[in-house]
Amino acid sequence: MHDGENIRIPIGPQHPALKEPTSFSLALEGERILQAGVRLGYNHRGIEKACEERTYIQDLYLVERICGICSHSHATCFCMAVEEIAGTELPKRAAYIRTLVAELERVHSHLLWLGVAGHEIGFDTLLMYTWRDRETVMDLLAALTGNRVNYGINTFGGVRRDVSPEQKAALLKGMDLLEERTKYYISVASEEPTLIERLSGVGTLSHADAVRVGAVGPTARASDVKRDTRKDDPYAAYGEMPFSVITSDHCDVYGRTLVRVGELMESYNMIRWLVNNLPEGPIAVKFPRRVPAGECFMRYEAPRGEDVHYVRANGTDKPERVKVRAPTLANVQAVAHMLKDGYLADMPIVVAAIDPCFSCTDRLIAMADPHSLQPGVLTWEQVRQHGIEWYRRRGVDFTRLNRTFKCGEGG
Amino acid sequence: MALSLFYMLVFPGFLFLVVFALSAEYVDRKLCAKLQNRVGPPWYQPFADFIKLAAKEDVVPMLVDRTMFRYTPIVALAASITSVLYIPIWGPDALFKFNGDVIVVLYLLTIPTLTFFLGGWYSRSVFSMLGAVRSIMQLFAYEIPLYLSILAPALLANTWSLSGMARFYSLHPLYALLNVIGLGVSLVALLGKLERVPFDTPEAETEIVAGCFTEYSGRLLALFRLAISVEMVVGATLLAAVFLPFGLELGAPAAFGLYLVKALAVICLLTLFRTVFARLRIDQMLRFCAGVVAPIAFGQVLIDLVAKRMLAL
Repeated sequence: MHDGENIRIPIGPQHPALKEPTSFSLALEGERILQAGVRLGYNHRGIEKACEERTYIQDLYLVERICGICSHSHATCFCMAVEEIAGTELPKRAAYIRTLVAELERVHSHLLWLGVAGHEIGFDTLLMYTWRDRETVMDLLAALTGNRVNYGINTFGGVRRDVSPEQKAALLKGMDLLEERTKYYISVASEEPTLIERLSGVGTLSHADAVRVGAVGPTARASDVKRDTRKDDPYAAYGEMPFSVITSDHCDVYGRTLVRVGELMESYNMIRWLVNNLPEGPIAVKFPRRVPAGECFMRYEAPRGEDVHYVRANGTDKPERVKVRAPTLANVQAVAHMLKDGYLADMPIVVAAIDPCFSCTDRLIAMADPHSLQPGVLTWEQVRQHGIEWYRRRGVDFTRLNRTFKCGEGG
Repeated sequence: MALSLFYMLVFPGFLFLVVFALSAEYVDRKLCAKLQNRVGPPWYQPFADFIKLAAKEDVVPMLVDRTMFRYTPIVALAASITSVLYIPIWGPDALFKFNGDVIVVLYLLTIPTLTFFLGGWYSRSVFSMLGAVRSIMQLFAYEIPLYLSILAPALLANTWSLSGMARFYSLHPLYALLNVIGLGVSLVALLGKLERVPFDTPEAETEIVAGCFTEYSGRLLALFRLAISVEMVVGATLLAAVFLPFGLELGAPAAFGLYLVKALAVICLLTLFRTVFARLRIDQMLRFCAGVVAPIAFGQVLIDLVAKRMLAL
């Protein structure tokens, strides 16, 4: 691992700082990071390809499972794309309920992030507090949709569940509680010295760099880039709802924290407005099984940033192509930039500050020889043979086991 | 001979310290959980953890130096247990005493950190080596304030023996109030010594996995963890003896009961710090210790020197 005078340290694919497998290779001089390399591709699930094999309604539930945190974002984005191709007009009440769930999702995602950020800088008390409060919004989502995650509220042409007056009251009550707690976190973030010390000046991304690498979501807004799909290209109920885009000119992790906490406060007001102004009417319209030929490119502001879905329909009940660009892919370029010249100790929080979701991002598996770093192609048989020999050199012989496996495979 | 063995193996040595350390670990974990709004573990959890870990297989990586890897945890535990013999617990006199034992105790309490360094360094893994380097850097940062703040009360008492200090402050309990700053400084230094939040950079989980202990497992890891728990109790004992020398003349049972209260109070303070701060970076830690804590410790020395002249001791 020695590289002349510098140490090269692997963070990942398996590392306690990472919640999902990905790989960072850091060249260190003492505690300073000289260079950072990012390698994705440990978590490829082939969802885009799987979408082509399934009907639209099956795909809706599949894309909802792209991400465990922003599941509603992917489902809504896909839904809106397919509805656009089919030319369906969404009932107003359905659009409002979708927006309501979207904002509740943003609240739970940002609270989750705040806890993770606390954990990454060794402030576990913040993690415990925020995740306890997050239960409020999780319970509200469960009451509203029937699920704590992967809500399944969307369907083509509307939503699957209505909001009852009791749920409205519960929502308003929950927002009051969360607003009070969030005000407390704002005071913690602006007064606790070790927290400020660890967050400000860390992972700097200047305004120009944020524009150049195409950062999205809170990462971009913390570098004073006023980029928010909800405002720039309003969808669902965002065009009618009053809200402001939170930005910060700190350009560091502290700024990203302030933006997210500010967005929490903004979301509480949005949820209140939606509950109070929920129009009457049907919650869904009939949607054809076969979608006419056409294509659509849809943008959606997920909690982590702009989520993009591209759908091409060919007139059958299955899409011809589905392409997903999760927000992390747009932000991961910024990470290598932010890590450079920073401290090793800041690496976890800098990576966590973009709120990464690597499994949503992975689109391929690349295998490279770790010594030459030259990409090559191995067949399945070669990979298996390599594994067997690797273990045999270390005194473990899998050939016997392999024979039984092969017998079983035939049957 | 038999009595010395009893002192070393049963009370106040090995057995007592292990039971007290694991109980203190329970208090620490439970209080931390309560402060963080969690339920926390049942009372026997630290004992169960220790037994379970000790029953696991020891995995010794291929490239490590086997001798160093195996013996460092034992040395760490032995050093922290030995140091308690010189600290007065149930009266103004410790089991063993001589003029200069305060230095020996501080020295013995440094040994565990050195073993962390050696254990990490000889693990031959990047994470262990980084943790080892960090723990030795941290050692230089907190050791100076710790020595200064412990030696300042000794200056006032005009003795280099912990028992002598206890005797002096039992006679003049009000003089102990002069050392309040020293208590604060040594609490901060103790946080660094025990590698706890906000000074837990040497084993920062999210950065370098488990630092020096990354390659350790099974019985050896159990010994290391026990050594840290014992070090926490001994550190608290030392602070209680030096800065809270009250009630030592009440007779052995009362003084011993008071000692338990004082040590647990120090441990609760350490737990409180652990829950309200975030982890500092190693450079911030060094700057904080050298720029803020060490000057304050010097201030404590000055206070004691001036007081000594004014009180004509």
